[in-house]
Amino acid sequence: MSHRTIIPIGPYHPLQEEPELFRLYVEGEKVVDIDIVLGYMHRGIEKLSEAKHFDQVAFLVERICGICSNSHPFAYVNAMEDLAKIEVPERALFIRTIIAELERLHSHLLWLGLAGHFIGYNTVWMWSWKYREPVLDILETITGNRQHYAMMRVGGVRRDIGKEDIPQIKKMVNDLIPVLDMFKGAVMDDPVIQARTRNVGVLTQEEAINYCVVGPTARASGIAIDVRKDDPYGAYDKIKWEVIVQREGDIFAKLVVRVLEMYESIKIINQCLDNLPSGPIDANIKDIPAGEGIGRIEAPRGECFHYVRSDGTNSPMRHKIRAPSYMNVASNKVAAVGGTISDAAITLAAVDPCYCCTERTAVIEKKTDKKILNGWDLIELSRKKTEELKKRK
Amino acid sequence: MNNPIIQVKEEFAGKIMNFEEHSTRRIYIEIAPQDIADVARFLFTELAFRFATASAIDTPKGIEILYHFSHDNSGKMLTIRTLIKDKKDPHIESITPIIKAAEWIEREMWEMLGIQFDHHPNLKKLLLAEDWPEGEFPLRHED
Repeated sequence: MSHRTIIPIGPYHPLQEEPELFRLYVEGEKVVDIDIVLGYMHRGIEKLSEAKHFDQVAFLVERICGICSNSHPFAYVNAMEDLAKIEVPERALFIRTIIAELERLHSHLLWLGLAGHFIGYNTVWMWSWKYREPVLDILETITGNRQHYAMMRVGGVRRDIGKEDIPQIKKMVNDLIPVLDMFKGAVMDDPVIQARTRNVGVLTQEEAINYCVVGPTARASGIAIDVRKDDPYGAYDKIKWEVIVQREGDIFAKLVVRVLEMYESIKIINQCLDNLPSGPIDANIKDIPAGEGIGRIEAPRGECFHYVRSDGTNSPMRHKIRAPSYMNVASNKVAAVGGTISDAAITLAAVDPCYCCTERTAVIEKKTDKKILNGWDLIELSRKKTEELKKRK
Repeated sequence: MNNPIIQVKEEFAGKIMNFEEHSTRRIYIEIAPQDIADVARFLFTELAFRFATASAIDTPKGIEILYHFSHDNSGKMLTIRTLIKDKKDPHIESITPIIKAAEWIEREMWEMLGIQFDHHPNLKKLLLAEDWPEGEFPLRHED
Protein backbone atom coordinates (compact mmCIF):
# COMPACT_ATOMS: atom_id res chain seq x y z
CA MET A 1 0.00 0.00 0.00
CA SER A 2 1.45 3.36 -0.95
CA HIS A 3 -0.66 5.60 1.27
CA ARG A 4 1.42 6.34 4.32
CA THR A 5 0.27 8.38 7.32
CA ILE A 6 2.14 9.64 10.34
CA ILE A 7 0.76 9.20 13.84
CA PRO A 8 2.62 11.36 16.34
CA ILE A 9 2.19 9.99 19.86
CA GLY A 10 3.20 12.56 22.44
CA PRO A 11 5.05 14.60 23.42
CA TYR A 12 2.80 15.58 26.34
CA HIS A 13 0.33 13.52 28.24
CA PRO A 14 -0.90 13.79 31.84
CA LEU A 15 -0.10 10.13 32.51
CA GLN A 16 3.54 10.17 31.57
CA GLU A 17 6.24 11.75 33.66
CA GLU A 18 8.69 11.85 30.76
CA PRO A 19 7.31 13.39 27.59
CA GLU A 20 8.53 11.73 24.43
CA LEU A 21 7.34 11.88 20.88
CA PHE A 22 6.90 8.74 18.84
CA ARG A 23 6.17 9.30 15.19
CA LEU A 24 4.55 6.17 13.86
CA TYR A 25 4.65 5.74 10.10
CA VAL A 26 1.58 3.77 9.19
CA GLU A 27 0.32 2.01 6.11
CA GLY A 28 -3.29 1.06 6.67
CA GLU A 29 -3.33 -0.54 10.12
CA LYS A 30 0.30 -1.56 10.04
CA VAL A 31 3.17 0.34 11.66
CA VAL A 32 6.03 0.36 9.15
CA ASP A 33 8.52 2.68 10.82
CA ILE A 34 8.94 4.72 13.94
CA ASP A 35 10.81 7.89 14.84
CA ILE A 36 11.63 8.60 18.47
CA VAL A 37 12.12 12.22 19.49
CA LEU A 38 13.49 13.02 22.95
CA GLY A 39 14.55 16.10 24.83
CA TYR A 40 11.31 17.56 26.12
CA MET A 41 12.34 16.91 29.70
CA HIS A 42 16.02 17.73 29.40
CA ARG A 43 16.84 19.75 32.52
CA GLY A 44 20.62 19.70 32.41
CA ILE A 45 20.96 17.70 35.61
CA GLU A 46 24.45 16.45 34.70
CA LYS A 47 25.55 20.07 34.40
CA LEU A 48 23.72 21.14 37.58
CA SER A 49 25.48 18.37 39.46
CA GLU A 50 28.83 20.01 38.74
CA ALA A 51 27.73 23.00 40.82
CA LYS A 52 26.47 21.06 43.86
CA HIS A 53 28.19 19.69 46.92
CA PHE A 54 28.58 15.89 46.94
CA ASP A 55 25.93 15.68 49.67
CA GLN A 56 23.49 17.79 47.69
CA VAL A 57 23.86 15.74 44.53
CA ALA A 58 21.95 12.86 46.15
CA PHE A 59 18.93 15.16 46.50
CA LEU A 60 19.37 16.48 42.99
CA VAL A 61 19.42 13.09 41.28
CA GLU A 62 16.49 11.98 43.43
CA ARG A 63 14.47 14.45 41.39
CA ILE A 64 15.32 12.95 38.01
CA CYS A 65 12.34 10.64 38.24
CA GLY A 66 9.27 10.57 40.45
CA ILE A 67 8.89 6.81 40.27
CA CYS A 68 12.53 5.75 40.51
CA SER A 69 13.26 8.42 43.07
CA ASN A 70 15.39 5.99 45.06
CA SER A 71 17.24 4.39 42.14
CA HIS A 72 19.25 7.40 41.03
CA PRO A 73 20.54 8.39 44.48
CA PHE A 74 21.26 4.72 45.16
CA ALA A 75 23.37 4.41 42.00
CA TYR A 76 25.01 7.75 42.78
CA VAL A 77 26.06 6.78 46.32
CA ASN A 78 27.37 3.47 44.94
CA ALA A 79 29.49 5.45 42.49
CA MET A 80 30.81 7.69 45.25
CA GLU A 81 31.57 4.73 47.47
CA ASP A 82 33.41 3.09 44.57
CA LEU A 83 35.32 6.33 43.99
CA ALA A 84 36.39 6.83 47.61
CA LYS A 85 36.46 3.09 48.51
CA ILE A 86 34.08 3.57 51.40
CA GLU A 87 33.02 0.69 53.61
CA VAL A 88 29.27 1.08 54.25
CA PRO A 89 27.83 -0.27 57.55
CA GLU A 90 25.87 -3.52 57.07
CA ARG A 91 22.68 -2.15 58.57
CA ALA A 92 22.65 0.66 56.03
CA LEU A 93 23.07 -1.86 53.18
CA PHE A 94 20.02 -3.80 54.38
CA ILE A 95 17.91 -0.65 54.77
CA ARG A 96 18.90 0.47 51.27
CA THR A 97 17.83 -2.90 49.90
CA ILE A 98 14.43 -2.70 51.64
CA ILE A 99 13.75 0.76 50.19
CA ALA A 100 14.86 -0.33 46.72
CA GLU A 101 12.52 -3.34 46.73
CA LEU A 102 9.58 -1.33 48.06
CA GLU A 103 10.20 1.01 45.16
CA ARG A 104 10.20 -1.91 42.72
CA LEU A 105 6.87 -3.10 44.15
CA HIS A 106 5.12 0.21 43.73
CA SER A 107 6.69 0.83 40.33
CA HIS A 108 5.64 -2.56 38.94
CA LEU A 109 2.12 -2.11 40.34
CA LEU A 110 1.97 1.29 38.66
CA TRP A 111 3.00 -0.24 35.34
CA LEU A 112 0.51 -3.08 35.68
CA GLY A 113 -2.29 -0.56 36.25
CA LEU A 114 -1.30 1.54 33.25
CA ALA A 115 -0.97 -1.52 31.03
CA GLY A 116 -4.49 -2.56 32.06
CA HIS A 117 -5.79 0.93 31.34
CA PHE A 118 -4.35 0.98 27.84
CA ILE A 119 -5.90 -2.26 26.77
CA GLY A 120 -9.26 -1.25 28.22
CA TYR A 121 -9.13 -3.11 31.52
CA ASN A 122 -9.84 -0.26 33.87
CA THR A 123 -10.62 -2.70 36.69
CA VAL A 124 -7.00 -3.88 36.56
CA TRP A 125 -5.94 -0.25 36.66
CA MET A 126 -8.00 0.56 39.72
CA TRP A 127 -7.11 -2.64 41.59
CA SER A 128 -3.46 -2.24 40.87
CA TRP A 129 -3.27 1.35 41.98
CA LYS A 130 -5.41 0.61 45.02
CA TYR A 131 -2.94 -2.02 46.20
CA ARG A 132 -0.03 0.26 45.38
CA GLU A 133 -1.17 2.66 48.10
CA PRO A 134 -0.18 0.44 51.06
CA VAL A 135 3.34 0.22 49.59
CA LEU A 136 3.54 4.00 49.57
CA ASP A 137 2.22 3.98 53.14
CA ILE A 138 5.07 1.68 54.17
CA LEU A 139 7.55 4.01 52.51
CA GLU A 140 5.97 6.90 54.37
CA THR A 141 6.26 5.00 57.65
CA ILE A 142 9.96 4.33 57.09
CA THR A 143 11.12 7.50 55.39
CA GLY A 144 8.47 10.11 56.11
CA ASN A 145 7.70 10.51 52.41
CA ARG A 146 5.57 8.70 49.85
CA GLN A 147 8.06 9.67 47.14
CA HIS A 148 11.51 11.28 47.21
CA TYR A 149 12.51 9.36 50.32
CA ALA A 150 15.83 11.18 50.85
CA MET A 151 17.25 8.01 52.37
CA MET A 152 20.54 7.65 50.49
CA ARG A 153 23.67 9.45 51.52
CA VAL A 154 27.29 8.76 50.70
CA GLY A 155 28.39 6.20 53.30
CA GLY A 156 25.00 5.15 54.60
CA VAL A 157 21.33 6.06 54.97
CA ARG A 158 19.68 9.01 56.63
CA ARG A 159 17.00 7.28 58.70
CA ASP A 160 16.90 4.07 60.64
CA ILE A 161 14.08 1.54 60.68
CA GLY A 162 12.72 1.32 64.20
CA LYS A 163 12.26 -2.11 65.79
CA GLU A 164 8.68 -1.22 66.66
CA ASP A 165 7.83 -0.60 62.98
CA ILE A 166 9.05 -3.95 61.69
CA PRO A 167 5.94 -6.09 62.48
CA GLN A 168 3.69 -3.54 60.81
CA ILE A 169 5.90 -3.26 57.74
CA LYS A 170 6.04 -7.05 57.43
CA LYS A 171 2.29 -7.34 57.72
CA MET A 172 1.66 -4.72 55.06
CA VAL A 173 4.15 -6.31 52.69
CA ASN A 174 2.83 -9.83 53.21
CA ASP A 175 -0.75 -8.64 52.72
CA LEU A 176 0.30 -8.06 49.13
CA ILE A 177 0.83 -11.77 48.49
CA PRO A 178 -2.89 -12.66 48.15
CA VAL A 179 -3.25 -9.56 45.95
CA LEU A 180 -0.49 -10.80 43.65
CA ASP A 181 -2.09 -14.24 43.61
CA MET A 182 -5.29 -12.58 42.48
CA PHE A 183 -3.48 -10.70 39.72
CA LYS A 184 -1.72 -13.85 38.64
CA GLY A 185 -5.01 -15.71 38.43
CA ALA A 186 -7.36 -13.07 37.14
CA VAL A 187 -5.04 -11.17 34.85
CA MET A 188 -2.54 -13.68 33.57
CA ASP A 189 -5.11 -16.41 32.91
CA ASP A 190 -7.58 -14.09 31.19
CA PRO A 191 -7.95 -15.24 27.56
CA VAL A 192 -8.56 -11.71 26.28
CA ILE A 193 -5.49 -10.26 27.99
CA GLN A 194 -3.55 -13.18 26.57
CA ALA A 195 -4.90 -12.41 23.09
CA ARG A 196 -3.94 -8.76 23.44
CA THR A 197 -0.42 -9.35 24.73
CA ARG A 198 0.86 -12.69 23.43
CA ASN A 199 2.99 -12.41 20.29
CA VAL A 200 2.46 -8.64 20.37
CA GLY A 201 5.37 -6.19 20.38
CA VAL A 202 7.94 -8.98 20.29
CA LEU A 203 11.54 -8.09 21.00
CA THR A 204 13.66 -11.08 19.99
CA GLN A 205 16.67 -12.09 22.02
CA GLU A 206 18.95 -11.10 19.15
CA GLU A 207 17.48 -7.60 18.93
CA ALA A 208 17.53 -7.27 22.71
CA ILE A 209 21.29 -7.90 22.59
CA ASN A 210 21.76 -5.49 19.67
CA TYR A 211 19.90 -2.71 21.45
CA CYS A 212 21.61 -3.52 24.78
CA VAL A 213 18.29 -3.36 26.62
CA VAL A 214 18.22 -3.84 30.37
CA GLY A 215 15.90 -4.89 33.18
CA PRO A 216 12.55 -6.60 32.69
CA THR A 217 12.69 -5.72 28.98
CA ALA A 218 15.85 -7.85 28.62
CA ARG A 219 14.71 -10.56 31.01
CA ALA A 220 11.45 -11.02 29.08
CA SER A 221 13.55 -11.69 25.96
CA GLY A 222 15.51 -14.52 27.52
CA ILE A 223 18.53 -12.54 28.69
CA ALA A 224 19.26 -13.36 32.32
CA ILE A 225 20.83 -10.09 33.40
CA ASP A 226 20.17 -8.40 36.69
CA VAL A 227 22.68 -6.08 38.34
CA ARG A 228 21.51 -7.32 41.74
CA LYS A 229 22.91 -10.77 40.87
CA ASP A 230 25.69 -9.93 38.41
CA ASP A 231 27.37 -7.08 40.27
CA PRO A 232 25.81 -7.28 43.76
CA TYR A 233 25.43 -4.16 45.87
CA GLY A 234 23.38 -3.44 49.00
CA ALA A 235 22.47 -6.72 50.69
CA TYR A 236 21.51 -8.68 47.58
CA ASP A 237 24.40 -11.15 47.88
CA LYS A 238 23.45 -11.94 51.48
CA ILE A 239 19.92 -13.18 50.86
CA LYS A 240 18.16 -15.78 48.71
CA TRP A 241 16.11 -14.75 45.70
CA GLU A 242 15.69 -15.62 42.02
CA VAL A 243 16.11 -13.73 38.75
CA ILE A 244 12.91 -14.06 36.71
CA VAL A 245 13.47 -14.81 33.02
CA GLN A 246 10.99 -15.45 30.20
CA ARG A 247 11.84 -16.39 26.64
CA GLU A 248 9.08 -15.04 24.42
CA GLY A 249 9.95 -11.33 24.34
CA ASP A 250 6.31 -10.28 23.88
CA ILE A 251 4.23 -8.03 26.12
CA PHE A 252 2.84 -11.02 27.98
CA ALA A 253 6.39 -12.10 28.89
CA LYS A 254 7.12 -8.61 30.20
CA LEU A 255 3.92 -8.78 32.24
CA VAL A 256 4.87 -12.17 33.69
CA VAL A 257 8.40 -10.99 34.55
CA ARG A 258 7.08 -7.99 36.44
CA VAL A 259 4.36 -9.88 38.32
CA LEU A 260 6.75 -12.66 39.38
CA GLU A 261 9.42 -10.14 40.33
CA MET A 262 7.05 -8.65 42.87
CA TYR A 263 6.97 -11.99 44.73
CA GLU A 264 10.77 -11.91 44.79
CA SER A 265 10.72 -8.36 46.13
CA ILE A 266 8.47 -9.44 48.99
CA LYS A 267 10.86 -12.33 49.69
CA ILE A 268 13.81 -9.95 49.75
CA ILE A 269 12.10 -7.43 52.04
CA ASN A 270 11.07 -10.16 54.52
CA GLN A 271 14.59 -11.58 54.68
CA CYS A 272 16.12 -8.14 55.10
CA LEU A 273 13.77 -7.29 57.95
CA ASP A 274 14.37 -10.67 59.63
CA ASN A 275 18.13 -10.39 59.41
CA LEU A 276 18.56 -6.65 59.90
CA PRO A 277 22.01 -6.32 61.51
CA SER A 278 22.49 -3.96 64.41
CA GLY A 279 25.02 -1.15 64.39
CA PRO A 280 25.44 2.28 62.84
CA ILE A 281 23.64 3.36 59.68
CA ASP A 282 26.21 5.82 58.42
CA ALA A 283 29.99 5.87 57.93
CA ASN A 284 30.16 9.66 58.49
CA ILE A 285 32.03 10.60 55.37
CA LYS A 286 33.45 14.12 55.40
CA ASP A 287 35.81 14.41 52.45
CA ILE A 288 35.81 13.00 48.96
CA PRO A 289 39.24 12.46 47.40
CA ALA A 290 40.08 12.94 43.72
CA GLY A 291 39.25 9.95 41.56
CA GLU A 292 36.48 8.30 39.61
CA GLY A 293 33.78 5.81 40.38
CA ILE A 294 31.01 3.83 38.73
CA GLY A 295 27.80 2.88 40.50
CA ARG A 296 25.01 0.83 39.03
CA ILE A 297 21.88 -0.65 40.47
CA GLU A 298 18.91 -2.60 39.18
CA ALA A 299 16.14 -0.02 39.09
CA PRO A 300 12.57 -1.26 38.46
CA ARG A 301 13.17 -0.65 34.74
CA GLY A 302 16.71 -2.01 34.58
CA GLU A 303 20.31 -1.00 35.10
CA CYS A 304 20.69 2.57 36.30
CA PHE A 305 24.22 3.79 35.72
CA HIS A 306 26.15 6.67 37.31
CA TYR A 307 29.73 7.73 36.69
CA VAL A 308 31.31 10.40 38.88
CA ARG A 309 34.70 12.04 38.63
CA SER A 310 36.07 14.17 41.43
CA ASP A 311 39.09 16.46 41.23
CA GLY A 312 39.34 16.72 45.02
CA THR A 313 36.99 19.68 45.41
CA ASN A 314 33.53 19.56 46.96
CA SER A 315 31.64 19.05 43.70
CA PRO A 316 31.83 16.44 40.97
CA MET A 317 33.92 17.46 37.98
CA ARG A 318 31.71 15.29 35.79
CA HIS A 319 28.63 13.28 36.59
CA LYS A 320 27.26 11.00 33.89
CA ILE A 321 23.82 9.52 34.39
CA ARG A 322 22.20 6.87 32.26
CA ALA A 323 18.69 5.76 33.15
CA PRO A 324 17.45 2.34 32.01
CA SER A 325 14.78 3.76 29.69
CA TYR A 326 17.55 5.36 27.62
CA MET A 327 18.40 1.87 26.39
CA ASN A 328 14.91 0.36 26.46
CA VAL A 329 12.94 3.04 24.62
CA ALA A 330 15.18 2.74 21.56
CA SER A 331 14.17 -0.91 21.20
CA ASN A 332 10.64 0.21 20.28
CA LYS A 333 12.12 0.76 16.88
CA VAL A 334 11.91 -2.99 16.36
CA ALA A 335 9.20 -3.97 18.85
CA ALA A 336 6.47 -1.68 17.51
CA VAL A 337 7.27 -1.91 13.80
CA GLY A 338 5.22 -4.56 12.05
CA GLY A 339 2.41 -4.37 14.58
CA THR A 340 -0.94 -2.61 14.23
CA ILE A 341 -1.89 0.87 15.43
CA SER A 342 -4.24 -0.54 18.03
CA ASP A 343 -1.32 -2.44 19.57
CA ALA A 344 1.07 0.52 19.46
CA ALA A 345 -0.07 2.09 22.73
CA ILE A 346 0.52 -1.06 24.75
CA THR A 347 3.72 -1.97 22.90
CA LEU A 348 5.32 1.40 23.54
CA ALA A 349 4.19 1.17 27.16
CA ALA A 350 5.54 -2.35 27.61
CA VAL A 351 9.11 -1.25 28.24
CA ASP A 352 7.65 0.86 31.06
CA PRO A 353 9.03 4.24 30.19
CA CYS A 354 6.28 5.62 32.45
CA TYR A 355 4.90 6.70 29.18
CA CYS A 356 1.77 6.15 27.33
CA CYS A 357 0.43 8.36 24.73
CA THR A 358 -2.77 10.00 23.82
CA GLU A 359 -3.72 13.52 24.83
CA ARG A 360 -1.78 15.22 22.07
CA THR A 361 -1.90 12.30 19.72
CA ALA A 362 -3.30 12.92 16.31
CA VAL A 363 -3.41 11.11 13.01
CA ILE A 364 -2.40 13.48 10.27
CA GLU A 365 -2.66 13.10 6.54
CA LYS A 366 0.88 13.61 5.36
CA LYS A 367 -0.17 15.62 2.32
CA THR A 368 -2.72 17.96 3.81
CA ASP A 369 -1.83 17.90 7.53
CA LYS A 370 -5.51 17.35 8.16
CA LYS A 371 -6.34 15.88 11.55
CA ILE A 372 -8.26 12.64 11.43
CA LEU A 373 -7.94 11.01 14.84
CA ASN A 374 -7.00 12.46 18.20
CA GLY A 375 -5.33 10.71 21.12
CA TRP A 376 -8.47 9.51 22.83
CA ASP A 377 -9.58 7.97 19.55
CA LEU A 378 -6.39 5.90 19.61
CA ILE A 379 -7.06 4.61 23.11
CA GLU A 380 -10.61 3.96 21.97
CA LEU A 381 -9.21 1.87 19.11
CA SER A 382 -7.19 -0.17 21.57
CA ARG A 383 -10.20 -0.67 23.85
CA LYS A 384 -12.50 -1.59 20.97
CA LYS A 385 -10.12 -4.34 19.97
CA THR A 386 -10.36 -5.77 23.48
CA GLU A 387 -14.17 -5.50 23.41
CA GLU A 388 -14.35 -7.36 20.12
CA LEU A 389 -12.08 -10.08 21.41
CA LYS A 390 -14.25 -10.42 24.52
CA LYS A 391 -17.35 -10.91 22.38
CA ARG A 392 -15.64 -13.59 20.32
CA LYS A 393 -14.56 -15.64 23.32
CA MET B 1 35.68 -19.81 31.52
CA ASN B 2 38.31 -17.49 30.14
CA ASN B 3 38.70 -14.22 31.91
CA PRO B 4 37.42 -11.63 29.39
CA ILE B 5 39.77 -8.96 30.70
CA ILE B 6 42.83 -11.15 30.01
CA GLN B 7 41.50 -11.82 26.50
CA VAL B 8 41.22 -8.09 25.86
CA LYS B 9 44.74 -7.56 27.18
CA GLU B 10 46.12 -10.26 24.88
CA GLU B 11 44.23 -9.12 21.78
CA PHE B 12 45.31 -5.49 22.09
CA ALA B 13 48.65 -6.05 23.80
CA GLY B 14 50.55 -3.36 21.90
CA LYS B 15 47.73 -0.85 21.90
CA ILE B 16 46.89 -0.60 25.59
CA MET B 17 48.41 2.63 26.86
CA ASN B 18 47.31 2.19 30.47
CA PHE B 19 45.65 -0.54 32.50
CA GLU B 20 44.05 0.20 35.83
CA GLU B 21 42.21 -2.19 38.12
CA HIS B 22 40.31 0.15 40.38
CA SER B 23 38.67 -2.88 42.03
CA THR B 24 37.98 -6.46 40.94
CA ARG B 25 34.84 -5.39 39.08
CA ARG B 26 35.90 -1.94 37.85
CA ILE B 27 38.61 -2.00 35.20
CA TYR B 28 39.85 0.91 33.09
CA ILE B 29 41.88 0.51 29.90
CA GLU B 30 43.25 3.46 27.97
CA ILE B 31 43.75 3.29 24.23
CA ALA B 32 44.26 5.73 21.35
CA PRO B 33 41.19 7.24 19.62
CA GLN B 34 41.91 5.49 16.32
CA ASP B 35 41.66 2.04 17.97
CA ILE B 36 38.22 2.60 19.52
CA ALA B 37 36.19 0.98 16.75
CA ASP B 38 38.36 -2.18 16.77
CA VAL B 39 38.18 -2.55 20.51
CA ALA B 40 34.42 -1.94 20.56
CA ARG B 41 33.91 -4.54 17.83
CA PHE B 42 36.00 -7.11 19.69
CA LEU B 43 34.26 -6.51 23.02
CA PHE B 44 30.75 -6.52 21.62
CA THR B 45 30.87 -9.22 18.96
CA GLU B 46 33.59 -11.57 20.23
CA LEU B 47 33.34 -11.37 23.99
CA ALA B 48 29.60 -10.59 24.38
CA PHE B 49 30.12 -7.44 26.42
CA ARG B 50 27.04 -5.27 26.76
CA PHE B 51 27.46 -1.60 25.89
CA ALA B 52 26.20 0.34 28.93
CA THR B 53 26.89 3.92 27.89
CA ALA B 54 29.69 6.42 27.31
CA SER B 55 30.77 9.47 29.27
CA ALA B 56 32.54 12.38 27.63
CA ILE B 57 34.50 14.81 29.77
CA ASP B 58 36.09 18.12 28.94
CA THR B 59 39.49 18.09 30.66
CA PRO B 60 42.40 20.53 30.41
CA LYS B 61 44.32 17.94 28.32
CA GLY B 62 41.56 17.38 25.80
CA ILE B 63 38.21 15.67 25.42
CA GLU B 64 38.14 12.37 27.20
CA ILE B 65 35.61 9.69 26.26
CA LEU B 66 34.89 6.69 28.45
CA TYR B 67 33.07 3.77 26.86
CA HIS B 68 31.50 1.67 29.59
CA PHE B 69 31.07 -2.01 28.76
CA SER B 70 29.48 -4.51 31.09
CA HIS B 71 30.38 -8.19 31.19
CA ASP B 72 27.24 -9.45 32.86
CA ASN B 73 28.42 -13.04 33.41
CA SER B 74 31.31 -11.91 35.58
CA GLY B 75 29.78 -8.65 36.83
CA LYS B 76 32.83 -6.74 35.59
CA MET B 77 32.54 -3.23 34.25
CA LEU B 78 35.23 -2.51 31.70
CA THR B 79 35.73 1.13 30.81
CA ILE B 80 37.66 2.01 27.66
CA ARG B 81 39.22 5.42 28.03
CA THR B 82 40.47 7.55 25.18
CA LEU B 83 41.71 11.11 24.93
CA ILE B 84 41.12 13.37 21.92
CA LYS B 85 43.75 16.08 22.20
CA ASP B 86 42.37 18.44 19.58
CA LYS B 87 39.73 20.38 21.50
CA LYS B 88 38.99 22.76 18.66
CA ASP B 89 37.75 20.09 16.28
CA PRO B 90 37.50 16.75 18.07
CA HIS B 91 36.92 13.77 15.78
CA ILE B 92 36.50 10.08 16.50
CA GLU B 93 35.16 7.07 14.63
CA SER B 94 31.54 6.28 15.49
CA ILE B 95 30.85 2.87 17.04
CA THR B 96 27.14 3.01 16.11
CA PRO B 97 27.66 0.97 12.90
CA ILE B 98 28.95 -1.82 15.18
CA ILE B 99 26.69 -1.27 18.22
CA LYS B 100 23.25 0.15 17.45
CA ALA B 101 22.73 1.00 21.11
CA ALA B 102 25.44 3.67 20.88
CA GLU B 103 23.41 5.84 18.51
CA TRP B 104 21.77 8.05 21.12
CA ILE B 105 24.73 8.51 23.42
CA GLU B 106 26.97 9.53 20.49
CA ARG B 107 24.37 12.05 19.39
CA GLU B 108 24.27 13.34 22.95
CA MET B 109 28.06 13.68 23.19
CA TRP B 110 28.07 15.41 19.82
CA GLU B 111 25.57 18.08 20.88
CA MET B 112 26.82 18.47 24.46
CA LEU B 113 30.56 18.56 23.83
CA GLY B 114 30.93 19.06 20.10
CA ILE B 115 32.61 15.75 19.34
CA GLN B 116 32.29 14.78 15.69
CA PHE B 117 31.52 11.06 15.31
CA ASP B 118 32.71 10.02 11.86
CA HIS B 119 30.43 7.65 9.92
CA HIS B 120 27.58 7.99 12.42
CA PRO B 121 24.40 7.12 10.47
CA ASN B 122 22.13 9.70 12.08
CA LEU B 123 24.10 12.47 13.75
CA LYS B 124 21.42 14.98 14.75
CA LYS B 125 20.25 16.58 17.97
CA LEU B 126 18.87 14.27 20.65
CA LEU B 127 18.11 16.37 23.71
CA LEU B 128 18.78 20.00 22.85
CA ALA B 129 16.21 22.12 21.06
CA GLU B 130 16.38 22.41 17.28
CA ASP B 131 17.15 26.14 17.53
CA TRP B 132 20.03 25.71 20.00
CA PRO B 133 22.84 28.04 18.85
CA GLU B 134 25.52 26.49 16.67
CA GLY B 135 28.88 25.97 18.38
CA GLU B 136 27.58 26.25 21.95
CA PHE B 137 28.37 23.10 23.90
CA PRO B 138 26.76 22.97 27.36
CA LEU B 139 29.13 20.43 28.90
CA ARG B 140 32.33 22.14 27.80
CA HIS B 141 34.22 23.86 30.60
CA GLU B 142 35.52 27.35 30.08
CA ASP B 143 39.24 27.50 29.41
